[in-house]
Amino acid sequence: MAELTYRDAVARGIAQEMERDPDVIFFGEDVAKPGGVFKATVGLYEQFGGRRVRDCPISEQAILGAAMGAAMTGLKPIAEIMFSDFLAVCFDYIANEFPKSRYMSNGQLKCPLVVRTGNGAGSRFGAQHSQSVENWAMMIPGLKVVAPSTPRDVIGLMAAAVRDPDPVIFFEHKSLYATKGEVPDGEIVDQLGSAKIVRPGKDATILALALMVPRALAAADKLKAEHGIDCEVVDVRSLVPLDTQTILGSVARTHRLFTVEENPRLCGWGAEIVSIVADEAFYDLDGPPVRITTPHIPLPAADILEDIALPTADRIVERVHRSMQ
Amino acid sequence: MAKEPARASNGSRAGINDDIGEKMRLTMYRMQVEIRESEQRAFDLFLQNLVKGTSHLSLGQEAVATGFAAAMKPGDLSFCTYRGHAHTLARGVPIEKVLGELMQRDNGLMRGKGGSMHLTSVEHGVMGSYAIIGAHLPIACGAALRAQYRGDSDVTVCFFGDGTTNIGAFHEALNFAAVWKLPVIFVCENNLYMEYTPIGDVTAVEHPAADRASAYGLERIIVDGNDADAVYRAAITAYDKARGGGGPSLIECMTYRHSGHSRADPAKYRPDGELEKWKERDPIKLYRERLKQFGIADDVIAGIDADVMRRVNEATEACKAAPPPSLDLLTTDVYADGGFAWRN
Repeated sequence: MAELTYRDAVARGIAQEMERDPDVIFFGEDVAKPGGVFKATVGLYEQFGGRRVRDCPISEQAILGAAMGAAMTGLKPIAEIMFSDFLAVCFDYIANEFPKSRYMSNGQLKCPLVVRTGNGAGSRFGAQHSQSVENWAMMIPGLKVVAPSTPRDVIGLMAAAVRDPDPVIFFEHKSLYATKGEVPDGEIVDQLGSAKIVRPGKDATILALALMVPRALAAADKLKAEHGIDCEVVDVRSLVPLDTQTILGSVARTHRLFTVEENPRLCGWGAEIVSIVADEAFYDLDGPPVRITTPHIPLPAADILEDIALPTADRIVERVHRSMQ
Repeated sequence: MAKEPARASNGSRAGINDDIGEKMRLTMYRMQVEIRESEQRAFDLFLQNLVKGTSHLSLGQEAVATGFAAAMKPGDLSFCTYRGHAHTLARGVPIEKVLGELMQRDNGLMRGKGGSMHLTSVEHGVMGSYAIIGAHLPIACGAALRAQYRGDSDVTVCFFGDGTTNIGAFHEALNFAAVWKLPVIFVCENNLYMEYTPIGDVTAVEHPAADRASAYGLERIIVDGNDADAVYRAAITAYDKARGGGGPSLIECMTYRHSGHSRADPAKYRPDGELEKWKERDPIKLYRERLKQFGIADDVIAGIDADVMRRVNEATEACKAAPPPSLDLLTTDVYADGGFAWRN
């Protein structure tokens, strides 16, 4: 067991898989010799060499297209798109190519690859370098979508993503790179499609993802201490596949549901989960499900504006407390 | 071009012992006729409402697909566009499989799940037909990157139209392939029209592919795309370069489509006389004359024509008799487990 940052966990997760499987290669912009603009891939070039760890031109379509071509002919590529906002300039691969090749070819083509990308707000970068776009990927049949919140989960879910036979979009949260967590020694392999109850509770279920998980945990502590409300916090971790059993099980115990989403409100991931719960667990609920989200706005650069755009622990406390009265 | 003795003597006989040889010429003639007759049949079936959706024919462009496919080795990979019937047939995919897919029957290449624009046959090296302009050039780079990384000897060939040269992915892929010296051949079929608009009206240079080659440190190569022999020779040169570690090639093949862009297009935008002028240079007509020049008897040519027609007719009847796809295919192969489950 050792304490590791989320950023170092990225490099360790990739290294674990590259050591295991020579078919795993990794490329992106500034990822090899510079070690990544977020310093999340430091050391990989030195450890595995320039054939397996490559710096690419600023060509997001070429990066994702090449990952697909390598994947369909036998490799297991990991490609980095520096900021998730940039998925928009190569969205053809995300929306039309990766997820449809197997279906259109009646199972002849495969696409086992991982796209890692820096997601989310908190760096005061403004509207085009701060978005949470996991819901862009969630809506596309054929993709798998994960977003870890801890260093341990970064490694475990990276291993699961690399070993998965389908295309996986792997959202790393930029504001979590500096956070630390305990990580066990040795190989860590998680499974896609498993949510995790990170704080048991009996009065309400709070679902959160990535940066919203520590905020939901902080809110739960406050709700307990200040209002005596005992919240269960579930780290959703994987949007596709979605672990609805863990979510429905939690709602069946607590009878209340809150989602905490960094994505803008319309068609955020919580909307789908609320609809599932309304459909399948309506009579378990003692009150209306509540979504706590970023408003339907582009993100501002100024710190005081960005800070009030995202759900905060205080906003979660206020909203849960108001609903539970 | 350096001539390999084995290739030069392959099937040759006295009087036609050039670099291509009789056996290969007969193969390329048959291939062009098969493509022509299969696509003509597809058009006829469309008029009978038996081919659904859209389709984009290569009538008049058969020599490009033929020359490149004939020069390929087993294991080489083809990436095609939505105008990909020709390239798919040229790799040896049975006519029935192609027509069946166009007719959206269960005997189709993808059992009706892909349709005309997405013909794929991995066992024949046809790694998909891509209907988003330019998308497959980077994908072809990835296939070539795998070959380079593993030391595999296969070459990846990526076909596209003149219109593709004005989309970003073309330029990203050319640079990517050149920087890493990937074993990939980019083949531009310049049929003079991007869709309905003349390519010259919307492109800054005369030759949309070849005139951009120097930007990526590549040779400017323009080939008569209606002459299968010329295409074949250019292909051999590019394959040898790629297999020898010399990196990518960009080849612009000048050709012309006899039909419109797609089924919906009667191609009324063409100047009077243009189609007629190009039909005088019909690749199949040219090649028939070539065969005669090299002493191939008329009855041999007629025999190939008759055999192809028989096979197209048999394929047509088999497709007409084939059932539609079974309904369970709706939700198969979304994910690698064979199904479409997104939750537990």
